[in-house]
Amino acid sequence: MSSSTTHTSTIGAIGAPSRRNTELALLVFAVVIPLFAYMNVGLAISGELPPGMLGYGLGLGLLAGVAHLVVRKFAPYADPLLLPLATLLNGLGLVVIWRLDQSEKLQQRPTFSEAAPNQLLYSAVGIALFVGVLLLLKDHRVLQRYTYISMVLAIVLLLLPLVPGLGMNVFGAKIWIRIGGFSIQPGEFAKIVIAVFFAGYLMVKRDALALASRRFMGLYLPRGRDLGPILVVWAMSILILVFETDLGTSLLFFGMFVVMLYVATERTSWIVFGLLMSAVGAVGVASFEPHVQVRVDAWLDPFSKAVIAETGTDQIAQSLMAFGSGGVLGSGLGQGHSDLIGFAANSDFILATYGEELGLAGIMAVLLIYGLIVERGVRTALAARDPFGKLLAVGLSGAFAIQVFVVAGGVMGLIPLTGMTMPFIAYGGSSVIANWALIGILLRISDTARRPAPSPAPNPDAEMTQVVRP
Amino acid sequence: MNKPLRRIAIFCGLLVLALLIRDNWLQYVQADNLAEHEMNRRVPIERYAQPRGDIIVDGKAITGSQKVDGDDFKYKRTYKNGPMWSPVTGFASQRIGATQIESIEDRILTGNDDRLFFRRSLDMLTGKKKEGGNVVTTLNADAQKAAYNGLKGRGKGAVAAIDPSTGAILALASTPSYDPSSFAGNTNKEAETFGKLDKDSDKPMLNRALRETYPPGSTFKVVTAAAAMEHGLYTDIDDKTKSPLPWTMPDTTTPLKNEGNIPCKNATLREALRVSCNTVFGKIGSDLGKDKMLETAEKFGFNEEQFVPVRSNASVFPKEMDRPQTALSSIGQFETAATPLQMAMVTSAIANDGTLMEPYMVKELQAPNLDVIEKHSPKEMSEPLSKENAQKLQDMMQTVVNEGTGTAAKIPGVTVGGKTGTAQHGLNNSKNPYAWFISYAKTDSGSPVAVAVVVEDSDASRDDISGGGLAAPIAKDVMKAVLDSKK
Repeated sequence: MSSSTTHTSTIGAIGAPSRRNTELALLVFAVVIPLFAYMNVGLAISGELPPGMLGYGLGLGLLAGVAHLVVRKFAPYADPLLLPLATLLNGLGLVVIWRLDQSEKLQQRPTFSEAAPNQLLYSAVGIALFVGVLLLLKDHRVLQRYTYISMVLAIVLLLLPLVPGLGMNVFGAKIWIRIGGFSIQPGEFAKIVIAVFFAGYLMVKRDALALASRRFMGLYLPRGRDLGPILVVWAMSILILVFETDLGTSLLFFGMFVVMLYVATERTSWIVFGLLMSAVGAVGVASFEPHVQVRVDAWLDPFSKAVIAETGTDQIAQSLMAFGSGGVLGSGLGQGHSDLIGFAANSDFILATYGEELGLAGIMAVLLIYGLIVERGVRTALAARDPFGKLLAVGLSGAFAIQVFVVAGGVMGLIPLTGMTMPFIAYGGSSVIANWALIGILLRISDTARRPAPSPAPNPDAEMTQVVRP
Repeated sequence: MNKPLRRIAIFCGLLVLALLIRDNWLQYVQADNLAEHEMNRRVPIERYAQPRGDIIVDGKAITGSQKVDGDDFKYKRTYKNGPMWSPVTGFASQRIGATQIESIEDRILTGNDDRLFFRRSLDMLTGKKKEGGNVVTTLNADAQKAAYNGLKGRGKGAVAAIDPSTGAILALASTPSYDPSSFAGNTNKEAETFGKLDKDSDKPMLNRALRETYPPGSTFKVVTAAAAMEHGLYTDIDDKTKSPLPWTMPDTTTPLKNEGNIPCKNATLREALRVSCNTVFGKIGSDLGKDKMLETAEKFGFNEEQFVPVRSNASVFPKEMDRPQTALSSIGQFETAATPLQMAMVTSAIANDGTLMEPYMVKELQAPNLDVIEKHSPKEMSEPLSKENAQKLQDMMQTVVNEGTGTAAKIPGVTVGGKTGTAQHGLNNSKNPYAWFISYAKTDSGSPVAVAVVVEDSDASRDDISGGGLAAPIAKDVMKAVLDSKK
């Protein structure tokens, strides 16, 4: 038996292909598809190819190329799907944001400014951060050292929108801050930082949380004092809901914690507790917080004149009508009227434009791409060899999944609307930058997971005895 | 930790699945409802995205389209001679919406009709812009002009003219009228114009020919005469009727009065219609009873909305009444009320030898390339009286025009039958009465036109108002216009 065939993990056999060429091939598609979409929009709106076609194509191609080369060099065994999928979404997002820039109706709005150039800049910054993560973070386990610093940072980020003079109230939700000329959504960054904190914390405490319990009606009930952490996070989420009045952010953090707690302890009881607590919290807050009530009313009856008067906007009705008008195949890029949504058409409500112009077929494809990103993330968690990596990967993927569900569900009228945005496709710097960092971390974890184990040091005893011939 | 991870993977899959199901619900199951929701501005945007198809009279478009700038509605509707045609077209306003033919045939006019689907798909492939189809009406431009010009000089009123053999509507005029071009766009000024028209106490937006019911007065006596003959009360129009004078209405002590001192005692049906005897026809109604009167009135179309395809209000013949009320109803008073279209239908049934044809005004729907998509074929609606009785009634109505109250409608060389009416209304009959005239013209090849004219609130003094003086000349001009266009 040759020592070169032994390995210590179930995955990442030595000699496993790095799949970098697969990634490159997929990336070509991820750049070419948005380019065609861009062309399509130009032809539909003005009958000619958009003037920025070459620059845009080169820009996106360059960004994707740089990202790919960095992955090839610094994370050669990373998951081959995540980068192309994120690039595709980001590219499509740029096209649709540019398409909405061309809408005369939106141009007439007093706050209008061209969003696509900014978004291209944010994407570049996002990919730079992605590259930075891969260059600087050689091993994700380093993050474990910053568990409690992360906690402090997360709390600061979450509290920032409440600081007077810094926070902005956008249609009731206080999840924005303004620094210089930029508006930032700290919650997007907090998502990552808080995942690091939860992963570090749970890795240490998971045995206590998992083992010390009593059995009651088939469920393992945790001891009272072990309930502490979940109660604290629950309280934090409730506070976010009450003070920032944003159901999405609140749901995101609580959901992420419950997912990670469940994975860490393998106890179903935590899920039951989590569901109960979030139900109690949401119903409780909705019963006295008028802004949340308004959102619930608008969700229950989006077309009622009274509700529209109460909320001051018919965005949800407009969004639903955009989806309905798209039908199965959509109106074609550049040929819909999703600009009727008005405010936030290119950010919170951008999915409605996909719905109208690409139809049911397009939305299903986009949702499946999101699903694929999430499942590759969970796959990374499965493959990871260390508990911290597992927890971090599942935390980030879970948060991503919840965010997609909460935003898309809100825009499609499945759940009450919240103030978050679709990762990668919606206009907004914070979101794009933070999500590129998230993909970077997932790639790092998957690279570590799939990297072949270093071959064991040569054992002199195992060497063939030299026969000394006289 | 891998078992919970696998479950989390499934959970995330379920989240995406929930979104997929919701999306299918929205974009497949509910798609049409949402796409055509009343709040969905895409519907008007679509409606005005390309020049609208036209409404056509006598081979010429009476509508058009004009490009407007700076709005999401690209084209606005224009109308040629709008006030004259508005009772036919209705309006299509970017701000207010569409009515009448503009609304009912909207899908053809915008090119969205399902029957245009194949053509639309072809156009999409060849890159051709979508076009709207045309609506071809049955109207007769000369008759419409005669009706509108006649009414314009007389204040408020309405005219409806029908081709008795098919039910095709030839003229449909109403005054005062409005110009639908004046608020076709989407500006605030146009909205104001509409607001003013809408609140105007003269009700220019009211389509009096279809939507206003007037007490028909003496013109209703032809219905009563038809009922008398159909139910066998009198069979010979030249036999004396059993009509005392004065005649006291049953169950009362009130005598029914005639207008002036006219020879109504035991008058023949012909004579009673010629001089318009209230006593004779009141007694006929009372003798027949409300059920038989109601039966004949409903065969003529009373108590039923008509769709031509624009909706016309239901004319009224009361269902619950006592004997004196039946007598009053039978001379077009009490609660009896009729639209001008209804009285034109009554006249057309008599002129068409007893067969009432369904009134209609859309002859054809055309595709953008003028192919016919749908053609209206005349339908029989009912047979309110037999051919024999209809011809007797024609005879009576011709006497009215030749030597009775309707001489103003005489046309040399053409057989004309008619009936005047003067309906009093208001408290103690204080308001100006409505002047009615119904008539038909007949040539050797049958009757080409039946017309009903009502003139209300004329500035002329009360005594001057009578169907014969005010309304009959308009009816005559309309009939002449139709007869001339047949030559």
